[in-house]
Amino acid sequence: MSILQIKNLHVSVETEQGAKEILRGVDLTIRNGETHAIMGPNGSGKSTLAYSIAGHPKYEVTDGEILLDGENVLEMSVDERARAGLFLAMQYPVEIPGVSVSNFLRTAKTAIDGEAPALRPWIKEVREAMEGLRMDSAFTERNVNEGFSGGEKKRHEILQLELLKPKFAVLDETDSGLDVDALKVVSEGVNRAKAANDLGVLLITHYTRILKYIQPDFVHVFVAGQVAEEGGPELAERLEAEGYDRYVRA
Amino acid sequence: MTELTQTAQHGLSAHSHGAGVPLQIRNARVRSSKSSDFEAISQREEQWRYLPGDRISDFLVDAFDEFAGDLALKAPDDVKTAWIGPDHDLFGKAGLPEDKISAVAWESAQAAYLINIPSDSKPDCQVQLSLVSEDRSASALHLVINAEHHSTGVVVIDHRGDAQLAENVEILVGDEAQLTVITIQDWTENSVHLSSHFAKLGRNSKLKHIVVSLGGKTVRLTPSVEFTQPGGDVELLGMYFADAGQHLEHRPFVDHAVANCKSRVTYKGALQGEKAHTIWVGDVLIRKAAEGTDTYELNRNLLLTDGARADSVPNLEIETGQIAGAGHASASGRFDDEQLFYLQARGISESQARRLVVFGFLNEIVQQISVPEIEARLTESIEAELARSVD
Ligand SMILES: Nc1ncnc2c1ncn2[C@@H]1O[C@H](COP(=O)(O)OP(=O)(O)OP(=O)(O)O)[C@@H](O)[C@H]1O
Ligand SMILES: [Mg+2]
Repeated sequence: MSILQIKNLHVSVETEQGAKEILRGVDLTIRNGETHAIMGPNGSGKSTLAYSIAGHPKYEVTDGEILLDGENVLEMSVDERARAGLFLAMQYPVEIPGVSVSNFLRTAKTAIDGEAPALRPWIKEVREAMEGLRMDSAFTERNVNEGFSGGEKKRHEILQLELLKPKFAVLDETDSGLDVDALKVVSEGVNRAKAANDLGVLLITHYTRILKYIQPDFVHVFVAGQVAEEGGPELAERLEAEGYDRYVRA
Repeated sequence: MTELTQTAQHGLSAHSHGAGVPLQIRNARVRSSKSSDFEAISQREEQWRYLPGDRISDFLVDAFDEFAGDLALKAPDDVKTAWIGPDHDLFGKAGLPEDKISAVAWESAQAAYLINIPSDSKPDCQVQLSLVSEDRSASALHLVINAEHHSTGVVVIDHRGDAQLAENVEILVGDEAQLTVITIQDWTENSVHLSSHFAKLGRNSKLKHIVVSLGGKTVRLTPSVEFTQPGGDVELLGMYFADAGQHLEHRPFVDHAVANCKSRVTYKGALQGEKAHTIWVGDVLIRKAAEGTDTYELNRNLLLTDGARADSVPNLEIETGQIAGAGHASASGRFDDEQLFYLQARGISESQARRLVVFGFLNEIVQQISVPEIEARLTESIEAELARSVD
């Protein structure tokens, strides 16, 4: 059993006009095996939440807690969080020039496991995971995210999710920019990771179409840095039909 | 990389900037094998302005010893080698010294070591010349690489050990030949290496010239390229990593003397530590006859700590309007925090993430070599250098 708890989380960013509060008291609890969808208007703070969980230095936590199985995540460095079992599939994955995907994946796997994976089984595992995501094996020789299309970057994020086997994954708009086929392929990758590792998922999205493939157990409506409403999958349908108007006005 | 300094790009207009030293001076520079033809070395001269005299004090003499270290050669049977004297046809055919130390070295080395790649060389012809020295007196070495017409080959010159070496390397690329030359400076931390490369390219020939400077207290390397026939293509690549106290200076020069030739110059460097100093001066001269020239030069530096300094001076001098393209760019910057975050978010520690980013930055040059074994070797050297020094 694993549990990720976010309690009364307040987060600010530094702007030219001084600190600006973006998250204003977020409460969320995710258990392993559960999928939580987070939906909310642009600028409501969804990526901020994702980055704050991962520990991006730009975001300053001013109040509240994040606990992973009771451990204080906020005291951990970015890499410690990843090694503790947290994973962030980024909305805009970064290019790392000159570093091949195979070098990157092996380095990350070694860091997460604390030892280098045995070469042959590892190569096989990578190849199979790539096949599952319909990624050409030539990608291993390319530099990380360099010249990748939007959809290819997202597949590459999910490839890492499958290979690094975290306890909890935050998927920040992994579905955005994917064509219908890619959406299905990427969703299957997430579902494989869920099945294989009893992964807990925090799935940030603007669209219900991904929720047809990845069934959420809970849906949270995120507005102005807070959870405005929570419900089951039916809440997503309603949001799609009605939009966020009533929350924003309220 | 976060850009600190501006990137400049230029179209057709004649241009020179940076040090404010017009290239015509370079064009009018003395070229001679006689050291007495050169003025005494002084930092007032453009070519020595970045190099403090005390770094090269052992070289401020009238003659050097001959190089006494080991020269070990690995090459296919059809590659012939010989020691040749100044009376030989190939001696001095690729170019002449443009500075005093190069000229003293020219006079001091009684014979040059010739590596000859024959016309009918195999496509995978690889020559490895390992130069190992333990000698710390100023010494001179002269190499001649001759790639006969229509040949294909790769020559790696590997410098290791302890040395005070003044070196002249002549590179002749015959008509239709394709040659790759890689020079690796992996000296101990007290070494001084002053090296002049002269390359001359024939019709439709291609030269890929790669400089890798990692070790040595002071390294100054001046690769000069001259096109003699149309259709020549040169790629000058370089990478360097300077630690505290190291002075690594590279001055590539491409002389577009004839029409329809292409040049690409790409040097990348990383620096860290107090008084780590790198200098890149990239000169491209497009003469009046060089219509249809296509050239671009680029230098990028990654400053890993305070106290390090990268000088970067591109000079482009254009004497004809009828060219295909000419540009240059130069930028220095620091770590990109987003790259570090991405790697750390995958469990990679901060120090290892730094090493990986620097590695990738330099490895972009290695990836252009396209000889897998050599790529693997250089990758190892860079990784070892970074493991030693970046944390
Ligand atoms: N450095 C900054 N300076 C000023 N405002 C910032 C800064 N960083 C983030 N913000 C603001 O914080 C708010 C939340 O941004 P965030 O990226 O978390 O939104 P989001 O919910 O992920 O939006 P989207 O759906 O468009 O991805 C936005 O209004 C954004 O402009
Ligand atoms: Mg977002």
